[in-house]
Amino acid sequence: MKLSDKTTAISDAIDKISDGASIMVGGFGIPGTPFCLIDELVRQGPKNLTIIKNDANETDMGIDHLLKNGQVTRLITTHIGLNARAIAMMNEGVITVEFCAQGILAERIRAGGAGLAGILTDIGIDTELGDGKQQITVNGSPQIVETALKADFALIHADQADTFGNLAYVATARNFNPLMAMAASTVIAETEALVPMGQLAPDTIHTPGPFVDHVVELAELTKEYAVVRR
Amino acid sequence: MSDARKRMVARAARDIQPGMTVNLGIGLPTQVVEHLPHDMQVCLHSENGITGIGPSLTYEQADRNLIDAGGAYVSPLPGTAFFDSAVSFALVRGGRLDLTMLGAFQIAENGDLANWKIPGKFSPGAGGGMELAQKARRVVVMTTHTDRKGAPKIMQRCTLPLTAKACVNRIFTDMAVIDVTDTGLVLREVAEGLSTTTVQAATGANLIIPDETLPRF
Repeated sequence: MKLSDKTTAISDAIDKISDGASIMVGGFGIPGTPFCLIDELVRQGPKNLTIIKNDANETDMGIDHLLKNGQVTRLITTHIGLNARAIAMMNEGVITVEFCAQGILAERIRAGGAGLAGILTDIGIDTELGDGKQQITVNGSPQIVETALKADFALIHADQADTFGNLAYVATARNFNPLMAMAASTVIAETEALVPMGQLAPDTIHTPGPFVDHVVELAELTKEYAVVRR
Repeated sequence: MSDARKRMVARAARDIQPGMTVNLGIGLPTQVVEHLPHDMQVCLHSENGITGIGPSLTYEQADRNLIDAGGAYVSPLPGTAFFDSAVSFALVRGGRLDLTMLGAFQIAENGDLANWKIPGKFSPGAGGGMELAQKARRVVVMTTHTDRKGAPKIMQRCTLPLTAKACVNRIFTDMAVIDVTDTGLVLREVAEGLSTTTVQAATGANLIIPDETLPRF
């Protein structure tokens, strides 16, 4: 038996995304953000997008290009403090921002990927983030029902991938990537290195290939991946 | 940074005990690291998926894939582990975090903490703050005693949206070390050169002042 080849040209992979799509985007700050896939999304220009990402990157990086280009109407996120444009667009009502506690966003995505309807948690109870959400009592303690999150697409950044879509991440570039890679109808992974089948040791694979639909090999990294002088 | 703030940071560092797993929030708490002995056995955690954080690195030394949650380029140690965001917060919510040090906009006398939203002005989002505040075994706050206009940040009740209720155990400021107890706020230590009267006057809630000479920092 042989595993299928999912390598796809970046333009063909992103061409599947239409107006109104919901898109999970990996990354926590710079590490793990699929900047090349985002650039192609900006080039092709679908609008009215819902973006689910931990943060909104920084001004003039990553997600900010989508915001600047007017492609985003809704952002589900945990922290946008490093992107003044995102805060301004939220304050002006140009985009709707739904804040979520960071680990709860992770668990909602994981639940979505795992075929669960939601999770129960006491995080955010008696705060604005808990207001208006369904509560149930479990073993005597009140719990918020946090619904599972799924998306039409997930844009993933891997350090290494094989042609079947087995993925390996590196250092703190892992973050939300393996969770989002389970939670979308169509999963597109960009990879810094495309390795021959069998080269990734089975024990070192973080995301198994069956979760991944398209593998995009990056010819080179743009400057946004680089170390920033702070 | 003012001398009093530097002494606050140094004083807070003394609350970190060998063997602890600790998360240091963005801002003043991050600077606590500079006051820890180099050979101290302590495991630093960051929300973005790392335990065993080593010293920060310069631009020339930095690994583009290795940061802490505040975006600083950090180094690994022997024994460093990387993991995804779900695992990172399992560690927090599951009770494996001995201590977190967080910044604050306001703290109430019952330990309520507000540090994520100033409505209409600055709403960056809570990030991982809610889970840290609610679930770390010990929560300490580091903040200036008053805001830029001189108004108290320690008050009877928070007026800003809460991060978590009744979560703070200890408050470090540039004026004092204060414990949140069942009977109220207890003044434990006072900054050099200040009287307890001055500290009380800058505080928006009643301080219980023990009838003894308080340590200075």
